[in-house]
Amino acid sequence: MSIVQWFASWSLPLIIAFIPTYAFLIKKVPVYDTFIDGAKGGFGTVLKLLPHLVGMLVAVTVFRESGAMELLIKALNPLLQPLGVPPEFLPMALLRSISGSGSMAVMTDIFQAHGPDSFLGRLASTMQGASDTTLYVLTVYFGSVGIKKARYAVKVGLLADLASVIAALLVTHWIFG
Amino acid sequence: MINVIWLILLVTGIVVAAINGRIDVVTEAVLNGAKQGVIVCAGLLSIVVFWMGLMKVAEEAGLVQSLAKLIYPLARFLYPSVPKNHPAMGSIVANMSANMLGLGSAATPLGLKAMQQLQELNPHKDRASDAMCTLLAINTSGLTIIPATVIGLRLQYGSARPTEIVITTLLATFLATTTAVILDRYFRARERRKGGWQE
Repeated sequence: MSIVQWFASWSLPLIIAFIPTYAFLIKKVPVYDTFIDGAKGGFGTVLKLLPHLVGMLVAVTVFRESGAMELLIKALNPLLQPLGVPPEFLPMALLRSISGSGSMAVMTDIFQAHGPDSFLGRLASTMQGASDTTLYVLTVYFGSVGIKKARYAVKVGLLADLASVIAALLVTHWIFG
Repeated sequence: MINVIWLILLVTGIVVAAINGRIDVVTEAVLNGAKQGVIVCAGLLSIVVFWMGLMKVAEEAGLVQSLAKLIYPLARFLYPSVPKNHPAMGSIVANMSANMLGLGSAATPLGLKAMQQLQELNPHKDRASDAMCTLLAINTSGLTIIPATVIGLRLQYGSARPTEIVITTLLATFLATTTAVILDRYFRARERRKGGWQE
């Protein structure tokens, strides 16, 4: 078993075993009650996502089923193929900086069409986890304290998004290629 | 921006369907898309509820704070303009830890608190300070150790190894965040060379 597979299979179970054991034995935390208390919050988090996911998935499904996605892919393929970028990935990469739930919607659409274990599915998973919604963060963070002059922050945020697209491509090709 | 993209996706889809003589597809796609949205949420619910519960246990056990202590030296390096024992540093570190653990909803309020505390140190109230730009750069490049929601969705769509993307995410997020930090420093240095920030 390669180190990558080992890490993938063991990291999460170890974390899930370690946290409550440490909390209970060392810190005397009532683990189950605390778990329930925290888990309650998950409901609201997901509920807030629902309208975004429905709205975006409707738009993305219409775009794909109508044949518009195919046209876009055919048009961009000669440009993207030499760079190792699957054209189906483009809508997600473009949406990532604008809307986190939007790119999540495209990711699930990719999972449905190509499977989560396809190269495209792995690439989309990596991309979704490796970046954040720049324009949202920018608006909320600066907006909350009344910053109007963002200096170079927008430029850095968007370039960092480009970097995460490239990084996701490189790493996915390297590990799963 | 998001408004324009949403509209373009929807309208181009409908127009292309009409041209292809497949207008019937649209109604079906709308219904299927909406249904898909609800199904995705149902799937997410399971993993997010579990993860938030587990992270609450981690928080109560002081493990989130331990992670914060671990990354404190890194924060000192990233935010040289913030005084050593200023409360902003605590919020910055807490925000970073929450992001790393995939607790987006907990990270945002912590990040906003850090912003407020940085604003107290900011001499020009309507202009972003150096530290604010760095906080933004790090938050937009998304430092994640455990992408819990992505794992949950992969599981829902029948992945044989839903966690296999943990390592690729880790490497990609590290590369992206390093790039963001370098770009942040680079543009700041360039601004200084040009004689400071100008209107």
